[in-house]
Amino acid sequence: MRYDSTVEPPRARSAGGSPGGITRPGMGLRARRSFARHWTLYLLMLVPLVHLAVFKYVPMTNAVIAFKDYNIVKGIWGSDWVGLRNFQAVVDNPAFWPLVRNTFTLSFYAVIAGFPIPILLALALNEIRQGFFKRTVQLVTYAPYFISTVVVVSMTIMILSPKIGLVSQGLGFFGVKQVDFLADPDYFRHIYVWSDVWQTAGYSAVIYMATLAGVDPSLYEAARVDGASRLQKIWHIDLPSLRPTAVIILVLAVGNIMAIGFEKAFLLQNPLNLSSSEIIATYVYKTGLINADFSQATAVGLLNSVVNLVLLVFVNFIAKRLTGSGVWS
Amino acid sequence: MSQPLITAPVADTGDTEPAGHTGDTAVRGRRRAGSGLRLPGHRRRAARTRETGVDRMFLFCTYLLLCTFLAVVLLPLLHIVASSFSSPIAVSSGQVFLWPVDFTLRGYRTALSDPAIITGFLNSFFYTGVGTLISVTLTIAIAYPLSRKELFGRGPIMGAVLLTMLFSGGLIPTYLVVQQLGLIDTRWAMVVPQAIGVWQVVIASTYFRTMIPDELYEAAQLDGCGDLRFLWKVVLPLAKPMIAVVALMYAITQWNSYFDALLYLKDADLYPLQLVLRNILILNTNTNGATDAAAMIERQQLADLLKYSLIVIASVPVLVIYPFVARHFTKGIMIGAVKG
Repeated sequence: MRYDSTVEPPRARSAGGSPGGITRPGMGLRARRSFARHWTLYLLMLVPLVHLAVFKYVPMTNAVIAFKDYNIVKGIWGSDWVGLRNFQAVVDNPAFWPLVRNTFTLSFYAVIAGFPIPILLALALNEIRQGFFKRTVQLVTYAPYFISTVVVVSMTIMILSPKIGLVSQGLGFFGVKQVDFLADPDYFRHIYVWSDVWQTAGYSAVIYMATLAGVDPSLYEAARVDGASRLQKIWHIDLPSLRPTAVIILVLAVGNIMAIGFEKAFLLQNPLNLSSSEIIATYVYKTGLINADFSQATAVGLLNSVVNLVLLVFVNFIAKRLTGSGVWS
Repeated sequence: MSQPLITAPVADTGDTEPAGHTGDTAVRGRRRAGSGLRLPGHRRRAARTRETGVDRMFLFCTYLLLCTFLAVVLLPLLHIVASSFSSPIAVSSGQVFLWPVDFTLRGYRTALSDPAIITGFLNSFFYTGVGTLISVTLTIAIAYPLSRKELFGRGPIMGAVLLTMLFSGGLIPTYLVVQQLGLIDTRWAMVVPQAIGVWQVVIASTYFRTMIPDELYEAAQLDGCGDLRFLWKVVLPLAKPMIAVVALMYAITQWNSYFDALLYLKDADLYPLQLVLRNILILNTNTNGATDAAAMIERQQLADLLKYSLIVIASVPVLVIYPFVARHFTKGIMIGAVKG
């Protein structure tokens, strides 16, 4: 009896539709029943939910200070409304547009450069036999992902250092004179992007490799029967199999274009390369926390978040149109 | 089907392509099905020679490509390690390539005698330990209820969790919350605000939903086992591999992070290792000033060496657990990818 009343009804409901004529219990009843039966689970969720509310949702409401003249004494809700004045100031600021351009160029470059290389790595690894070499390549290329940003940036700085760096040693060997890569704004983007590729290619390849491992073996056998070469197998089987995964990864990457990592750009920055390394995130940090202009910084951040969200939705829409697969349906 | 199977190895010694292929496929199919049939050596060779010259060229290029990948990733790492064991003069004059020059441990001795680094180390261990514990607890506490299909309100709550991945209030509004709670410049600021990772919640919830059979719960319920006891006695022991993955993800993120410390901490005694590293490695803040030129050069050389040693020291804790992590992370990524 107890079994019937507790376990069966939800199942019958989840079978959905119920054209047979069983009416769904009302929302209120279902809520009350679920709560009475599983109150311990709701209780369990309480702390994490409060945490989310406090650290994720309260900040969203705090973002109203973008429309206010924030004053520490008056507090967030007590400060005076100023409408769109902060946004106006941001847009009117001649320093703002180079930031947008830097952010956009940098992340677009990172997406373009970071996209094909993991696929290439995964395809190559997929071609060779399981064995010591394959395991070594996987283990080694995967490792940099776990090194901290601070360490990767320091390594980059040291290896590119004009005096003691590995690169200038190498260039010196060929008679090229020393270049201070980090002091040159022209090099900043390349350094940023390629050190990123260095760090994450192995990690991203893992996802593609898992997709390749899931390809139906009968496809390869059919290809073998037809006398397909390795290259043909890659072109006609591997690449089409990777497409849905690749689309998702690309969509997510493009959707994150404006949210490009603060941490690394900030660490690679120096006064000499600032003209191409100052991006929106670092600007928000400096305006907000160093210059204590909270309202202005929030306005910039909010603008960025909104652009980012719109971009994600838009790219997902395009991807679904073109390939039939997106991140969400 | 069994007929060509037996004859195939005999029939397919020449270049009779169609026969060879069917035989090949059948044998492979059988082998996969677990039969004891083994391929004789000459069959193997026959299959191998069908690879054309183009294919072999292609395979060669593949190996070449992989070796390039390997070298590109490995060389900088080896260079750093080699430099960290070299003498200050060799490092400063750029003599070190992939092997230590004038082997010495001076870099490490200097690094480990710096109280700021030791404090940073201890702080990082503390933040990683406590932070991971808090994070894993909170993650399970929300992921498990969300994995129970019959729970009312599960969809909207999951939506609310996922939304935080798409949109956030931003840096300053979050900072204001932390400030209002009085967490600025306390250890709590390092472990509480970022405690829940949406991705980890998705992974955990997917794991609970797909790996814990419903029948188990039904049986437990018949025996009068409540939700919490079921979670504690049945689900958590079964979910150990997933918990390990999630814990490692949190631990590594926590160990590697410096940004929260930069935002919320002012007291140098609370700095985690990464922030200490940033100050030494990137900002070049070397505390004691030198007096005369020779001492300054000496100091500068040692400072260069110190950087290499520090990089190695800071990465050791992660690299020690890396082989374990590498094995399990793949699974973790895939569990998340199923959903994401």
